Amino acid sequence: MSRKPYLRKMPKSWWLARRSYTSYMARELSCVFIGAYSLLIVVGLHRLSQGRDEYGAFLDALQSPLSLVFHAAALVFALIHTVSWFSLAPKAMPLQIGEKKLSGGPVVLAHYAVWIVVSAGVLLVARI
Amino acid sequence: MTEQTLQVEILRYRPETDQDPAFQTYTVPYRDDWVVLDALNHIKDNIDRTLSYRWSCHMAVCGSCGMMINGEPKLSCHAFLRDYYPNKVRVEPLANFPIERDLVAVTDDFMEKLESVKPYVIPQQERAVDEGPHLQTPAQLNAFKQYTMCINCLLCYAACPQYGLTPDFVGPAALALAHRYNLDTRDAGREQRQEIAASNEGVWDCTFVGECSQACPKSVDPAAAIQQTKIASTIDWYKALLNPWGKR
Repeated sequence: MSRKPYLRKMPKSWWLARRSYTSYMARELSCVFIGAYSLLIVVGLHRLSQGRDEYGAFLDALQSPLSLVFHAAALVFALIHTVSWFSLAPKAMPLQIGEKKLSGGPVVLAHYAVWIVVSAGVLLVARI
Repeated sequence: MTEQTLQVEILRYRPETDQDPAFQTYTVPYRDDWVVLDALNHIKDNIDRTLSYRWSCHMAVCGSCGMMINGEPKLSCHAFLRDYYPNKVRVEPLANFPIERDLVAVTDDFMEKLESVKPYVIPQQERAVDEGPHLQTPAQLNAFKQYTMCINCLLCYAACPQYGLTPDFVGPAALALAHRYNLDTRDAGREQRQEIAASNEGVWDCTFVGECSQACPKSVDPAAAIQQTKIASTIDWYKALLNPWGKR
C-alpha cells in the first residue's frame, strides 16, 4: 500500500494558542524595546557631545507625550525581559554539590542581588 | 440508572480515501479510573475497529502513545478522563509531525536526528571484559541521570513551536540525549556529537520557549540540556578564538 503522509501547517496565530506561547512571544518582543531604549541612550550621549543646548533640546523632547508612552512601554517590557530571563537562568546554570542537585532558587536570587547592586552602583555614580 | 458517557472527538485520516483529516465523534462509557487510551481501546474493540493509534505499555514507560489531548501533548495512558469529564475530549496526532493514519504520526525525522547525535557511550579506548566495569561515583551519575529518563515519546517535539516552524531543528529529545552522553564520565564522544549539536540546526535553532520541559512526562528538562550545551559550545568557540593552535 502506498503511503500518503499528511502534513498539517502551523497556523500563523500559533502563538495565541497557549498562554505560555504568548508569554514567550512577549519575552521575544521585549528585546525590541530594550534595543530601542539602548539606541535612545546612544542618541542622548551623542547630543551631550554636541553641547549644552543640544542636550537640553534632547531632554525637552523626552518630555513629549509620545516619549512618555514609549518610556512606560519600555519599562513594562524591560521588567518582562528581566523577570522571565532571571527565572530561566537556573536551567542554564545547574548547581550540584556532591551527589545532591540543588534547586534553582539561589541562582535566581543571585541574579536579583547582582541587579540591585549594579543599579545602586549606577545611581551612586549618577549622583556624584 | 443510566450509564455516564463521555464524547471523544478524534482526528481521523485514512490516506486511501481522505484528502484531509476530519474529526469524528464517538461516545464512550465514562469511568473515573479510565485514561484516554482506555477510551481509544474501547472504541477500537467495540465501536470502530478501523481506528489506528500506537500504544504498548499503558504505564508511561514505552513512550508510544503520545497524542494531542485537548491541544496539549500528553501520553494518552497518562491522561485521565476524570480531568476532562463532563466536557468532551479532543484527540489528535502529535503536532509538528506528518500524519501516517488517524492518530499515528510519522516519526522518521526524529529517528534520523536521534541517530545523528550518537546517543551511546563512545569510550576513549575499547575496554576488554576482563578489565572489569567502568566505575562511576553517585555524584558523577547524578550529573546526567535525569536525561537518561527520556522515553522518546516526542511530546517535547509536539510542544516546540520552533520545531514546527523550523523542521531542520534537531530538537529537544535528541539534544538532551547528546548532552546526557557528553556529561557521562565514561564517554569521550563529545567532539563527534558537537558537529550536530553545536550547529545552527542544533542548539542554536532553540529560542528557549521552554515548553519541551513542561510537556515532558519524565521530568527530563530538555530545555536545560540545550542551554547548557549552548554555554559549553560558546566556551569552545572563545577557546578556539583565543588559542587557535590549542586542542579543541
